[in-house]
Amino acid sequence: MSDWTLIIYCGLITFSTRFLMIALLKREMFNDRIRDILSFVPSAIFPAIIFPAIFLDTSGLFILENNPKIFASLVAVLIGVISKNIIATIFGGLAAYWILIFI
Amino acid sequence: MKSNLKVFLKGILDVSPLMIPVVPFGLIFGVLAIDIGFSPLETMGMSLIVFGGASQIVLLQLFSGGASSLVIISSVGAVNSRHLLYGAVVSEHLSDLKIIWKIIISYFLVDQAFASSNIYFKKNKDHNRYFHLFGGGATCWFIWQTTTFLGIILGAAIPEKLGLSFAVPLTFIALLVNDFRKLINVIVIIISGLVALFGYNYVPYKAYIIVAGLTGIITAMILTKLIKRYE
Repeated sequence: MSDWTLIIYCGLITFSTRFLMIALLKREMFNDRIRDILSFVPSAIFPAIIFPAIFLDTSGLFILENNPKIFASLVAVLIGVISKNIIATIFGGLAAYWILIFI
Repeated sequence: MKSNLKVFLKGILDVSPLMIPVVPFGLIFGVLAIDIGFSPLETMGMSLIVFGGASQIVLLQLFSGGASSLVIISSVGAVNSRHLLYGAVVSEHLSDLKIIWKIIISYFLVDQAFASSNIYFKKNKDHNRYFHLFGGGATCWFIWQTTTFLGIILGAAIPEKLGLSFAVPLTFIALLVNDFRKLINVIVIIISGLVALFGYNYVPYKAYIIVAGLTGIITAMILTKLIKRYE
């Protein structure tokens, strides 16, 4: 599959997930249970992007020693828990990371 | 009733604070895509055609890891399944619209626009309230395209030492801030993360995102059911 075909397919599937419910749903098609479960999707999916990016190097090996990303991520999570603020979380984590690698 | 333009502008205004983290995210996406070997045109094409930060990052990560197209596309689908919820939530506010407007709004239905307009929809029931989502989505679109473009151009100029690629996991951590105080969510987050971490090398075809996501959702289903039983 060429790069462009891949990009177009990814675009189509992204658009479909956004369009499907808007196009099909008249009023309430989802019951509370399905709604409830779907609300967990970010919690279920995003860690699969987060964890490898923090704990693994590009070849998939664990880096547990001398890894400033672990501490910086903990700082970000802590700021997130306390402030519930998206911007503070990102920049707090980034600041902690920079302090660790530059000092 | 406010004019369409006013509602559109209100949409821009309400979503603006959420755009701050999108700026480094878009830059990083542009830089990473070029780094991995996509052409500037393909990189821009991704932002225009896919228009979804999480989808595009997953595309890059799996592509550079050598995953097959089928796995990449289904992982993007898994990441996007949260949009089904967004669509279901906003659909009641869009049910009277012409199909062309439904298509336009769907293209713009990204996390930040949904979050800001969902609040607006709860308080405003005017017929033209969809212009709020249109305004918010268009703002996200503009910022995303501009920063992707800047990332492509600046790519080589941004020192690797700054470790800006670390902003990717940070952005996703930040998108979960509202879930950190809920016990079930925390358990789901940890389980999914561990499955992805240990599955990264062992789940065939690099399908670790799908496997981790499914494990997370099944965990959530079991835990919510258990809690209902004891309530």
